[in-house]
Amino acid sequence: MSKINFLKPDKSNLYTFLYLGSFLFFVSVLDVLLNSFFSLNLTGFLPGFLSFLLPLILGFIGLYFIRIELSGIKQLDLLNKHINTNNFNAVLSLLIIFIILKSIPPILSWFVIDASFAGDSKDVCTGTGACWTYIKVWMRRFMYGMYPNGEQWRINLSFIALALLGSVGYFATDRFKKYLTLYYVVIYPFIAFLFIFFFISGGPVFFDFSYGIIAAILSIIIGFFIPSKFKFYYFLIVPFALYVLLKYFIFYEELIELGKLDGLNWVETGAWGGLSLTFIISFFCLIFCFPIGMAFALGRRSGFPLIRYISIGFIEFWRGVPLITVLFMSAVMFPMFLPADFFIDKLVRCIIAISLFEAAYVAEVIRGGLQALPRGQYEAAKSLGMGYWRMHIFVILPQALKLVIPGIANTFLALVKDTPLIFVVGLLEIVGMLNLAKTNPEWLGFAMEGYVFAAIIFWIICYAMSKYSYNLEQKYKTDR
Amino acid sequence: MNFKLKDIGPQLMTVIAVVLVFGFFTYNAQVNMENRGIDFGYGFLSQESSFDVQFSLIEYDGSHSYFRAYLVGLLNTILVSVIGIFLATILGVLVGIARLSPNYLINKFAAFYVEFFRNIPLLLQIFFWYFAALRALPLPQDAEAMFGISFLTIKGLFVPAFIWENFNIFFYSIVAAIVAIIVIRTHAKKVQETQGKQIPVLLISIGLIFILPLLSFLIGGVRLSFEVPVLKQLATTSFIYEGGVSLPPELIALALSLSLYTATFIAECVRAGIQGVGKGQKEAAASIGLTQNQVLKLVVMPQALRIIIPPTTNQYLNLTKNSSLAAAIAYPDLVLVFAGTALMQTGKAIEIVSITMFTYLSLSISISLFMNWYNNKIAITEK
Repeated sequence: MSKINFLKPDKSNLYTFLYLGSFLFFVSVLDVLLNSFFSLNLTGFLPGFLSFLLPLILGFIGLYFIRIELSGIKQLDLLNKHINTNNFNAVLSLLIIFIILKSIPPILSWFVIDASFAGDSKDVCTGTGACWTYIKVWMRRFMYGMYPNGEQWRINLSFIALALLGSVGYFATDRFKKYLTLYYVVIYPFIAFLFIFFFISGGPVFFDFSYGIIAAILSIIIGFFIPSKFKFYYFLIVPFALYVLLKYFIFYEELIELGKLDGLNWVETGAWGGLSLTFIISFFCLIFCFPIGMAFALGRRSGFPLIRYISIGFIEFWRGVPLITVLFMSAVMFPMFLPADFFIDKLVRCIIAISLFEAAYVAEVIRGGLQALPRGQYEAAKSLGMGYWRMHIFVILPQALKLVIPGIANTFLALVKDTPLIFVVGLLEIVGMLNLAKTNPEWLGFAMEGYVFAAIIFWIICYAMSKYSYNLEQKYKTDR
Repeated sequence: MNFKLKDIGPQLMTVIAVVLVFGFFTYNAQVNMENRGIDFGYGFLSQESSFDVQFSLIEYDGSHSYFRAYLVGLLNTILVSVIGIFLATILGVLVGIARLSPNYLINKFAAFYVEFFRNIPLLLQIFFWYFAALRALPLPQDAEAMFGISFLTIKGLFVPAFIWENFNIFFYSIVAAIVAIIVIRTHAKKVQETQGKQIPVLLISIGLIFILPLLSFLIGGVRLSFEVPVLKQLATTSFIYEGGVSLPPELIALALSLSLYTATFIAECVRAGIQGVGKGQKEAAASIGLTQNQVLKLVVMPQALRIIIPPTTNQYLNLTKNSSLAAAIAYPDLVLVFAGTALMQTGKAIEIVSITMFTYLSLSISISLFMNWYNNKIAITEK
């Protein structure tokens, strides 16, 4: 046995150092553990300051002793490599271990041990822990807002149906795979709109939007017979003309009452709310902002200077202002810009505002993808004789969009996180409902539980989305 | 001149569409305002505002004009943005470096922080801090002093105020120190380029920035004293601290949540920047005999900063724009004071919303112009 130098642990006295070091380390961890879980203070006999720092000092000396390079013990080497590379790292590791040990008991007791779950009134919440009864009682309000209790099956049914229809892509056989894009871009949003409008809101069949749909479908069908030379001008003029014709000359107000679905009460959008409204708004904004953003991304790279400047102006304007002022604008300024007898629903105005706002961000992301494509792709497509639209739809966009999946996912994530801001126009989704419930005189003092509940829900949604986008990115990663 | 319909047609169509939409809006706005008896104009800015603001950096009460109310809101927005940017940068850089640490625990701890705070909506975080966390603070009479001089209570943070004598001399001494440091740095660079000698610039800089202000205290006649906040009884159960500087809880909640939220994004920028510097660069630098610190200072950081700074500025801009969420917890920022209270009082929706938007727009456009200039300046010029 060689001489032991305690300032310089080395391999020759490996086991002496190992036993001594691990002993000191475990004593320090044990001290903190007992202190936090059982409120025992082993070092209480020491003066306050020293008693406070003793675990750190002991742990530090312990880690110093076991920091022996190439000890030949696999676990020890791993430990040294990961948490114990030098003095500084050792102190930080100890601090983190202590913080975790210290914070587990209070968090656990607040969440579970001292929390109250049972009952349905405030009286059961007497403990020091969380009052989950509050969440339980208000659950329907947090999920559905002011939507009448008896009618909530309509929301549930619509969401389940839409989720099922949305998952069609996973079960599609190869034969139908080529129609999936069409399905998701055109048909699915349309079905979703019908569900929301007729089923959740209980609206009439004939209204402005359905005139628009009919006009669009009619003009597309007629469009097949128009020579391609005039197609551009045809699609600029005819759909609008058809819409005006349908709205003002063919259908009359009396038909509106006829079109209502039997047995479904009209629920005005002001009563919608809670988490379901978060979903509805995110869903529609997500659908609308993507094509608008794509159009402006193409416009910004267009060869026509006027179109380019208009696109730049649009994008920079929306990117430069905060969403809250955009919503303010939609609430107080936008009605001034419309004819006096023309009324647009609050929720629709809100969706338009958020869609335009997010479209500017989507446009910038897509532009990044367009710029990243090598020039050769454009030139190759042109040399095959493809025109502008053909080149973009079949060659450029499929590659560019693949490149920007993470960016678009981030924008959508920001969109979901921005939905609570609609409180500005008086719509109450889950965070707004929490603020309402908080001021209820029967249930004062449970703000913390409400916010923690909403935070958990949002965290799960956003984290799942970011992981999903990461998976997509890996799946579509092409070697270039 | 050879105009083709193919080139002109789409542009003309777009312009006509845009003009039509704007014309439609303007026409309706005119009709609506006529019907409601509102006249368009910015003359109201010089009228007396007759409302009060809780917290303002400049002297303000109801007798001042609407323009001054606008300034109060703007200054409050700038105040919370500057505090937020300062804290977010420190935290973000620390967490970003921690994310690259070889230490498993530190690495995971930082990753947990980033994933946790950036996946929760900012508004929810602001509400949490303001309505839940800060409400748990003690009342003014029960508060314990931090370091004996400042008090964190439910009514805000009360810190001592600095009372300066001859503040301008102190200020000049700091300016002189900064100028001296810049001169020395330039000189040191020249010396290194011509003679290959290194001058310990960092040590000299630290020395200068401490010694010159110290001299201003010793011989310049600068005096500094503190005004410690003192508890004062307003009514039998109502207490408040007087003297010193008081920061309202709205400001604390807002600055805290903005910086915690934005720090996660800055941390990711920093991590991406440092990871973006090729391993070969570090190895090459080490192989020509640079020490670990020199590698970091002369090779890694200049290249990493080139990647880090543009997205980070973007985050600063986001933070400034997000500070408009202040309206939700009644911190008197630009949106609350001007687009809220002033709009309710005057009813001039178009004018006020347009001024507010224009303010934010000019802020972000000036920053993005600066960023373009900076990007061009630091871009690696390839041959």
